[in-house]
Amino acid sequence: MKVLLRNPRREVEVPGPTTVGALLAHLDCNPESVLVIVGDELVTHDAVLADDASVEIRPVISGGAGDIARGTPA
Amino acid sequence: MKCRVCRGPAVIDLRRHNANFCHEHFVAHCEEQVRRAVRHFAMLEPGDRVLVAVSGGKDSLALWDLLVRLGYAADGLYVGLGIDRYSDESLGHARAFATRRQLDLHVVDLATDHGFTVPEAAAATRRAPCGACGLSKRHVFNRYALDHGYDVVCTGHNLDDEAAVLLGNVLHWDLDSLARQHPALPAAPGFARKVKPLYRLGEREMAAYCVLERIDYQVDECPMAAGNRHLAYKESLNALELRSPGSKAAFLFGYLERAHGSFTRGGPTVALHPCPRCGTPTPGDECAFCRLQHRAIPVTS
Repeated sequence: MKVLLRNPRREVEVPGPTTVGALLAHLDCNPESVLVIVGDELVTHDAVLADDASVEIRPVISGGAGDIARGTPA
Repeated sequence: MKCRVCRGPAVIDLRRHNANFCHEHFVAHCEEQVRRAVRHFAMLEPGDRVLVAVSGGKDSLALWDLLVRLGYAADGLYVGLGIDRYSDESLGHARAFATRRQLDLHVVDLATDHGFTVPEAAAATRRAPCGACGLSKRHVFNRYALDHGYDVVCTGHNLDDEAAVLLGNVLHWDLDSLARQHPALPAAPGFARKVKPLYRLGEREMAAYCVLERIDYQVDECPMAAGNRHLAYKESLNALELRSPGSKAAFLFGYLERAHGSFTRGGPTVALHPCPRCGTPTPGDECAFCRLQHRAIPVTS
């Protein structure tokens, strides 16, 4: 299957079928840090991904300016 | 996996809650978490004019969407940071969302309105850009709310953001920052009320909300944030969370319930007076934003 990864954006081929959980383990992705999307739909960790699936592993961590509401005297 | 509520097919599993949800009941879960946050800290009053700090990312757009769903009159404010294509794309996402939902989005552009960009400020101060970014956003959101009659500024800080900030504050025993870290900061002379209605929801939940509700957001990370400490704290906390689901929530909620008060009692009171240039309260001769602006704009005369 084709797997889209981000930051940096790249595509890798992974043999299927396999479960979402196994795919994340194979790619060493922490399931707390990503969503797995097939087409436009979210899939859960027990879902089975076919060999011809197009899968996006989308990171959910963002971290720029930290706390913009901390109320510090400017 | 089946939805905890209706036993239909689940679209997301939340190990922290030991629960799976379908689309409909996941959205209801997010609404309920925001309701609980607002109620617990009396963040918003009926009839408040609400200003949402909008970046074009998942958290701020999900927050805006949830507040409107819950019946609040909320406008958005986007601050243009001048980070090349990233800022342009982020504004595009914010504008598209506002147009689709028929909401009012205001825009303040640092370069146009204040004469400098975040990359220029970072270069001039030789410090990490995230510092200049956070300082500029704090100033602009606060100023805009005060100048335009908004009762409260809502920011999209989620559970992961707050837990990471708490970890950083604890690692450095930054007592002033620990005292200030709270989901609801009341209004004070020169400061608008600031609240964080998403503090009970994780980053993964916010991204899932956007995917499910078809909210297009800026997925790519800010090119200037790569490698910063805040991201390292989040990765460390997620490593803990993987082994022990609920760790992040226990860390943050425990702090708020049992420890925050210890850091706010008896601290020294700093005398503040209005910045002579912009009026923002400051303990110094000039506020930090105006100092940053002076350093970022080369003196030519």
